[in-house]
Amino acid sequence: MTGPVLTDGTAGEQPRSADLSGVPAKPNPTGADGEIGGTFWRRFVFRRPLVALIVQRLGLSVGLLFAVSLMIFGGIEALPGDFATTYLGQSATPQAVENIRKDLGLDRPWSERYLNWLGGAVKGDFGTSWASKNSVSEQIGNRLGNSLFLAFFAALISVPLAVGLGMLAVQFRNRMPDKIINVISLAAISLPEFFIGYLLIMFFAVKWGVATFPATVYESMSFTERLSAIALPVATLVLVVLAHMMRMTRAAILNVMSSAYVETAELKGLSTFRIIARHAAPNAVAPVINVIALNLAYLVVGVVVVEVVFVYPGMGQYMVDAVTVRDMPVVQACGLIFAAFYIFLNMAADILAILANPRLRHPR
Amino acid sequence: MPELLSVKNLKIEATSYPPGEPPKVVTLVEGVSFDLQKGKVLGLIGESGAGKSTIGLSALAYGRGGCRIIGGEVLLNGRDILKLGRSGINSVRGAQVCYVAQSAAAAFNPAHKLGDQVIEASVRHGIVTRDEAEKRALYLFRVLGLPNPETFGDRYPHQVSGGQLQRAMTAMALCPNPELIVFDEPTTALDVTTQIDVLAAIKHAIEETHTAALYITHDLAVVAQVSDDIMVLRHGKTVEYGTTKQVIEAPKEDYTRALVSVRQTKRDEAADQSGTLLKIEHVHAGYANGFKVLHDVSMHLPKGQTLAIVGESGSGKSTLARVITGLLPPSEGRITFDGKELPKALKGRTNDELRRIQMIYQMADTAMNPRQTVRDIIGRPLSFYFSMHGARKTERVKELLDQIEMGPRFLDRYPAELSGGQKQRVAIARALAARPELILCDEPTSALDPLVAEGILNLLLRLQEETAVSYVFITHDIAIVRAIADSVAVMHRGRLVRFGPKSKVLSPPFDDYTDLLLKSVPEMEIGWLEKVLKTRRMESAGN
Repeated sequence: MTGPVLTDGTAGEQPRSADLSGVPAKPNPTGADGEIGGTFWRRFVFRRPLVALIVQRLGLSVGLLFAVSLMIFGGIEALPGDFATTYLGQSATPQAVENIRKDLGLDRPWSERYLNWLGGAVKGDFGTSWASKNSVSEQIGNRLGNSLFLAFFAALISVPLAVGLGMLAVQFRNRMPDKIINVISLAAISLPEFFIGYLLIMFFAVKWGVATFPATVYESMSFTERLSAIALPVATLVLVVLAHMMRMTRAAILNVMSSAYVETAELKGLSTFRIIARHAAPNAVAPVINVIALNLAYLVVGVVVVEVVFVYPGMGQYMVDAVTVRDMPVVQACGLIFAAFYIFLNMAADILAILANPRLRHPR
Repeated sequence: MPELLSVKNLKIEATSYPPGEPPKVVTLVEGVSFDLQKGKVLGLIGESGAGKSTIGLSALAYGRGGCRIIGGEVLLNGRDILKLGRSGINSVRGAQVCYVAQSAAAAFNPAHKLGDQVIEASVRHGIVTRDEAEKRALYLFRVLGLPNPETFGDRYPHQVSGGQLQRAMTAMALCPNPELIVFDEPTTALDVTTQIDVLAAIKHAIEETHTAALYITHDLAVVAQVSDDIMVLRHGKTVEYGTTKQVIEAPKEDYTRALVSVRQTKRDEAADQSGTLLKIEHVHAGYANGFKVLHDVSMHLPKGQTLAIVGESGSGKSTLARVITGLLPPSEGRITFDGKELPKALKGRTNDELRRIQMIYQMADTAMNPRQTVRDIIGRPLSFYFSMHGARKTERVKELLDQIEMGPRFLDRYPAELSGGQKQRVAIARALAARPELILCDEPTSALDPLVAEGILNLLLRLQEETAVSYVFITHDIAIVRAIADSVAVMHRGRLVRFGPKSKVLSPPFDDYTDLLLKSVPEMEIGWLEKVLKTRRMESAGN
């Protein structure tokens, strides 16, 4: 290739590769030291764009997590109301409030408390709950397990279902099955999740009695008992996330199917299966991965309402309970863990999408 | 001699869905018939929309984007391939008949290695084993003159150049040893100096393998080099069909005559080239990632004249335009406009400085907001630079529409309702609306059909006479330079190779690059390709 890389259009064809040109521009401070660092980074980006991009994503994620921790802490500082007054209720004399604040260390400056908290959180210690005096990490361990259990089964059902329905919709594009799939999934995404939850409870638990409610799980329950307990919340979650993933899969595959290289494959006389599996699928992976990750993150983070509706002892409910009594260490820990999941899943999607791009895997 | 391919009375339709109207059935091709014998090449020529690609694809019984073949026969070795079922036609495609697309860059799957894609059809159809296919691919890479043929197949599409991809696509078509190959504008997207190599490679490969071919192009000069017969098409119907010699040397129809004589306009340069409107001095420029595109470029342009900047893709000619407009501030050097130095960056320029330099782009399509009417598009600079509103603005827009020979009935049309040539005219009107002293034209005609392009060039020349506007005209096409330029700058890999009045730049003694560039432009002459290749071989033997 003779021309400059950026002007002859080679970089502009895939949306991902736009990142390539975006990377070198960013770490380019104009100071004297920055110039040297900038040149090194630039050279590195040209030689190993894949590693450079992944390193950049990792760095961004860590930075983002710190920013989020600061925002959570700051946000809670700014909240009106106070644990001591809520806790003491009627008997809140100024002296008693002062004592409790001192016990909890609230009289020290916020920056010191933030650094203490952050130092603990990095080591996995989120302090003790103000309300129950138990270790937050221990309590969360249990609750997080429950939430992940729920999210895992919701994902296990919804992801293959969404991708399968998306492919089916492509196969029957603009015909009856496609339209039916579209209408139902749109209806499901348009209803609020608590409404779907109550509908399911009304029909399946109350009227027909085929499912259990509430969906509370205990230590003593067997695996199958747990599964039957979470049937309704899983169904609710699946209905909520299905439409988005299904429609993105459909759009991504349709986009690839109308490309010139799929036409080339057709004009080679290849079978439909080979065209989809070998020529279309590898190029539709990146956008599909992205939307799946977004929805997986939602399954972990967005379950607050569903857990409350179904009285499920997960992270969401724990956080809501803690907010009502102003149990700040618990709220902070939950917020940070949710953020970490969200950031991690999105970063994983980004990195997978980068890996799926042959232009980055095999630089010139 | 028995016919390999015999197309009889072909009729092809498509359904279009204009917004807000009931679906319309459009006839794309009607009553087209031709015969092709083994080892012969038939050229299909016409402007866009003439139905040539649609006809080419019918040889594979394929309708692109909802096209339906509704009448006629396509006989391959006497068998009507339109009547074969899905599996029947699949055994023809990629085995007996192969296809070479216009944009190989898009037609190769970015996720797989070139070698795997080249041999895929041969292996899948069970024509040869994988080993044999790989050997044949290697042979074809050699015949087509690809660099490092042994390892070429291990590379991914984005790792090789456009010209190499186009040759790889030809190798992919030749690999199953088909009886017929459909070439759909295989060299249109390439630079002239690359085009000639690919053209020679294709011609050589066809001769080596005795494959018959349908060669589709809009460039009569190109098709004259490779085909035995030529069919001229317009609006889906045959205009003229005959041997190459007859069509080129003694065309019967007016339309064919127009195609043959197109691009022969030449204009004498202005005698006095002393005054200066734009002066570029020692400009260096590059992108943020450290990639340097322009090295020490200097040129100047007198008032009311045209400076043509010629070069291939990657020569830095469009970058120079970005530098002049201020979109890309130069790292060194200066640009003087009308005796005053221009601020380097766009932000530093005053509204009036912006007004005096306007731009026309290659893709009028993407340079216009599809949701604005012609009135809004042309009216925008009027309200922005001259605060015009209401009736006064409409009056001026109508005037401008008259100037570009379009008339007020286009006022409320959207870009989607205009043809390619009309869109480019609207873009010109938008530039004129600012009453600029300089218009930068970045390949404004290269996406247009030859006859339409000629109309645009004539319009630009007329506007220059009327308004004394100056042009910087960026192009890769020497014929356009001959037609419109006063002075010429030849650029290669970011450096200025040659600059001066047109008559000097385009006459000997040449430097090596200009010589190569000038010799690569196809001429409407049978046997031109052989002649050029022969002189090239003699030169390399002489060296």
